[in-house]
Amino acid sequence: MTGFPTLLYKELLRFWKVSFQTVAAPVLMALLYLIVFAYALEGRMRVYDQVSYAQFLVPGLVMMSVLQNAFANSSSSLIQSKITGNVVFMLLPPISYIEFFGAYVLASMIRGLLVGAGVLAVTVWFVELRVVAPLWVLAYALLGAAILGALGLIAGIWADKFDQIAAFQNFVILPLTFLSGVFYSIRSLPEFWQKVSHLNPFFYMIDGFRYGFFGISDVPPLASLAVVAVSFVLLSAACLWMLRSGYKLRQ
Amino acid sequence: MTLAIEALNVEKHYGALHALAGVSLSVAEGEFFGLLGPNGAGKTTLISIIAGLARASAGQVRVMGADVITDYRRARRMLGVVPQELVFDPFFTVRETLRIQSGYYGLRNNDVWIDEVIHHLDLGAKADANMRTLSGGMKRRVLVAQALVHRPPVIVLDEPTAGVDVELRQGLWQFIRRLNRDGHTIVLTTHYLEEAEELCDRIAMLKAGRVVALDSTRNLLETFSGLVLKLRLDRETLPEGLAAQVLSSEGGRFALRLRDHGGLEQVLRRLREAGATIRELELEPPDLEEVFLRVMRKH
Repeated sequence: MTGFPTLLYKELLRFWKVSFQTVAAPVLMALLYLIVFAYALEGRMRVYDQVSYAQFLVPGLVMMSVLQNAFANSSSSLIQSKITGNVVFMLLPPISYIEFFGAYVLASMIRGLLVGAGVLAVTVWFVELRVVAPLWVLAYALLGAAILGALGLIAGIWADKFDQIAAFQNFVILPLTFLSGVFYSIRSLPEFWQKVSHLNPFFYMIDGFRYGFFGISDVPPLASLAVVAVSFVLLSAACLWMLRSGYKLRQ
Repeated sequence: MTLAIEALNVEKHYGALHALAGVSLSVAEGEFFGLLGPNGAGKTTLISIIAGLARASAGQVRVMGADVITDYRRARRMLGVVPQELVFDPFFTVRETLRIQSGYYGLRNNDVWIDEVIHHLDLGAKADANMRTLSGGMKRRVLVAQALVHRPPVIVLDEPTAGVDVELRQGLWQFIRRLNRDGHTIVLTTHYLEEAEELCDRIAMLKAGRVVALDSTRNLLETFSGLVLKLRLDRETLPEGLAAQVLSSEGGRFALRLRDHGGLEQVLRRLREAGATIRELELEPPDLEEVFLRVMRKH
């Protein structure tokens, strides 16, 4: 391990230098979602007994922030480096593809978790929340952030321009997170859309994460964990293969 | 003796394009080596393969004996590359950039050397300035500094003086020359042929992905160029027997090609025999630009 700690440090310093944009803004956005949706729908929607809609909403918003920011970190960092050409500084030194993967994904996880913790810290002022199984919360947060960090890295490697990253973000990541049960339980959907939702890996991340708070979920938490873990392994394998072969990075 | 760089039958295809068509060359340790060729000749492709930024379609490349694919960690540690494009990371200051670059090579406490490089490249006043605020010339110096943070024995400079003002160019060459005197091997590509002529011990010329000339700078100049003798005589015609050497003639002014310095005696003898008086005489040394153009025309 030679370059890994420095590459991780560089990735952390990069987003920290613009933390208003990378940390504070997404926390504010999640808070706005909470205020608008919770006040608009409070009393009209009740997903689980003993859990108010605002309480139901908070874990979903936290996890959505974790996932979106983990993706944004690795994808935007790499595409910027590719387009400005400074990716060469990381390709010239003896950094192995595993170190490269590890540093980008870990930095993305840290940003995702930081934003998630920020959202949680702000929302607990408005909504009383309890955590039934903190280890499940942690496991889902870590795995979810890792999956999106790896996916962001794949997108960053694949894309040739900012436009393609934006398309990936708006047409893949955003719909998958919004339709994963952040704002509702999929049990409230017609049967067909329930089935479709089960094909969305983001649903398992949100559902399992929420289980850690309330001890209730749409799918047994262990089953969700299995789906999430398998998704992580598959995406990591794809990403490592791309890095190892030099796909789009080394001609 | 270990070779600083060794390329064996290196080929590179981009689809139908044959960017390198079997390039073989070696650079000895401590040499100042020039890689010349017109745009699209394959210079940057070859450098990219040496640096591991691109992979050869066929052939082998070693840096200080380390294969750039199978022993890439050692090969990359031995190599410092100054890329052609003026690239930088807009998030960091000059010092942060150099510390990060050191860390990529596993060097944690490298500040003493970083300070020395900053000093020699005259970057002291800008050490804590963000990269975005630097002028083009300053950014170019940071690129050189980045290539040197890990004290590589072999340094490759891909057109380092493109778009750089005269003062910086001179300063840069002084510094690079010093590195070369200290034992670093330097590989240089440039479009400024007078720079290559002045600096390089040996030169390879590339055209369409092939090496079309490879020799010491002195030999290249002697083999291809010869000398140009410029004369002003008291008459408008040259004595017989010199016509084959005439490059130009105009109102008593003549330019004649000489194979070498020995040719001068022969010309002077013929002029003496014809009773001609020499009013002005100038002997121009060989010039790499002419060698380059002739080599490129020939192949």
